[in-house]
Amino acid sequence: MSGNVLVLAEQSDGQVSDATYELLGKGRELATAWGGTLEVATFGPTDVSGQLGIADAVVRVDHPALASYTADAYEQVLLQLLTERAPRLLLLSNDTVGLDLGTALAVSWDASQVAYVMALAVDGDTPVATAQILGGKILAEVEITAPRGICTVIGGSFPLAAGKGDGTPEIVTAAAPGGLDAPRISLRAIVEPDTSDVDITAADLLVSAGRGVGSKDDLEVVQELADALGAPLSASRPVIDAGWMPKTRQVGKSGLKVKPKAYLSFGISGAPEHLEGMRDAELIIACNTDANAPIFDVAHYGTTVDLFDLVPAIVEEIGG
Amino acid sequence: MRIAVILKAVPDLVEEMELTSDGTDLDREYLKFVTNEWDEQALEEALLLKDSDGAEVVAVGMADDPDIEQALYSAVAKGADRAVTIAGATGVDTRSRAAAVAAWLKDNPADLVLSGVQAPDDLDGQLPAALGAALGLPHVSVVVSVALDGAAAIVRQEFSGGRAADLNVTLPAVLGIQVARQAPRYAPVTRVRQVMQSTTIDEASVAVDEAAAGIRVRRMYPPEKTTHAEMIDGSPAEVAARIVELLRSRSLVKG
Repeated sequence: MSGNVLVLAEQSDGQVSDATYELLGKGRELATAWGGTLEVATFGPTDVSGQLGIADAVVRVDHPALASYTADAYEQVLLQLLTERAPRLLLLSNDTVGLDLGTALAVSWDASQVAYVMALAVDGDTPVATAQILGGKILAEVEITAPRGICTVIGGSFPLAAGKGDGTPEIVTAAAPGGLDAPRISLRAIVEPDTSDVDITAADLLVSAGRGVGSKDDLEVVQELADALGAPLSASRPVIDAGWMPKTRQVGKSGLKVKPKAYLSFGISGAPEHLEGMRDAELIIACNTDANAPIFDVAHYGTTVDLFDLVPAIVEEIGG
Repeated sequence: MRIAVILKAVPDLVEEMELTSDGTDLDREYLKFVTNEWDEQALEEALLLKDSDGAEVVAVGMADDPDIEQALYSAVAKGADRAVTIAGATGVDTRSRAAAVAAWLKDNPADLVLSGVQAPDDLDGQLPAALGAALGLPHVSVVVSVALDGAAAIVRQEFSGGRAADLNVTLPAVLGIQVARQAPRYAPVTRVRQVMQSTTIDEASVAVDEAAAGIRVRRMYPPEKTTHAEMIDGSPAEVAARIVELLRSRSLVKG
């Protein structure tokens, strides 16, 4: 059984992503423990191999269908590489690309997957992954007993500095599979982020509302506080999905990552996807009636007072 | 145009998660189950396509899922044309469910298969991608809107940081829905009751090879709380005063 680890490099505008460096650092550790090699796959016309010095080998594949990311093309190429290079473990980030490819490759490459991984170690020959499931309420420690494994890793789980190195990896250029000439998914247009609204990532102070607010009308209560503090109102995913607030205000994995001087949350329980987007705020004050809500594990201060009692009291306190 | 929507019953995360005595799985006996919220979004997107383009929407659940009939009756009450349960797959794992749904879809083809982008308990990966690979169909996850255009779907796929891509996807295809174009519609209880009287859920059965899972859960446990917020007690006014003081000390409150 090989002890090689393969990482898929993600990039935008020619820059390898932070999540990729996290995977590379962990991949380096595992490959070294197994006496194997760390290989990194990079697709498309942009050569980022100069940023991948931590790896032993960089496998490049280019084809017109890889000019921008599509699940169909990436999956075909990655499956071919997995078959040819036969790693013990494939590491992907648990983002859109990982959600597209991870389980599809688990089926087509006949591998076993652990999703939502936030810790990864080896026990002898066996990879042992710890996954965060059920909204962050449960951790599952899972052995990958199959000879081929795939881990999709939550962003922010591993230090990214460990993924940077100044070695000179072997550059391997692989041919693209024939299937890419007849793509079933093609790009119509890239949609850039909406910049017409206030930029919540630039705010020193954010007032943020979650599902616990209950309804669009009740959002007014929290909006009043935001106005009183001169802070933008942001929100967690359920509030955005319900259509109560625009997407530009969403904090979290599928929204924006924020790092204000203070983050005041009301009615947010703290799903892992939300915590990923705000845990680096300098001061976090959380209000939630459930004393066991995961938000209190990252908050500096917390209260279980009902937000509909607390928010008007804060507004009054500021006014007074 | 036929659209299949795959629904999963998952533990209600509002509840306390109890573990089995050996600590390797959830103790499901006393848990309350709800429809996976992302699957509800997938159902809504399917119903929006039915509204705009005309389509037969089939709601599909696993026969062994707790309270799945309720979810399927509710789907019909919202506008699905029929509902099916599939027997033959056991367990909550994505791979065996995908194999069962794929086997059913081979005999009951759909132009579009929609399901939630993920589920809270899909430890071994997500259904839409597994289904796409098992059926050899194109698949896209983290989808936030779908439009039909002849033999293709125009799909918006979301990436982090607010970026997105509009894609042409050849049908048939499998889509993992993050969020529908509008909030899921509501079915009044009286309507659901009527549907329960008038609708029969089709029961299908498939044979799925028992594949080796290849993963073994050593233990499950609630996350150890390494840090915890300092809880502010008191009346709303007292708590408010403390919060404002914390903000003032950082010069974040004017005046």
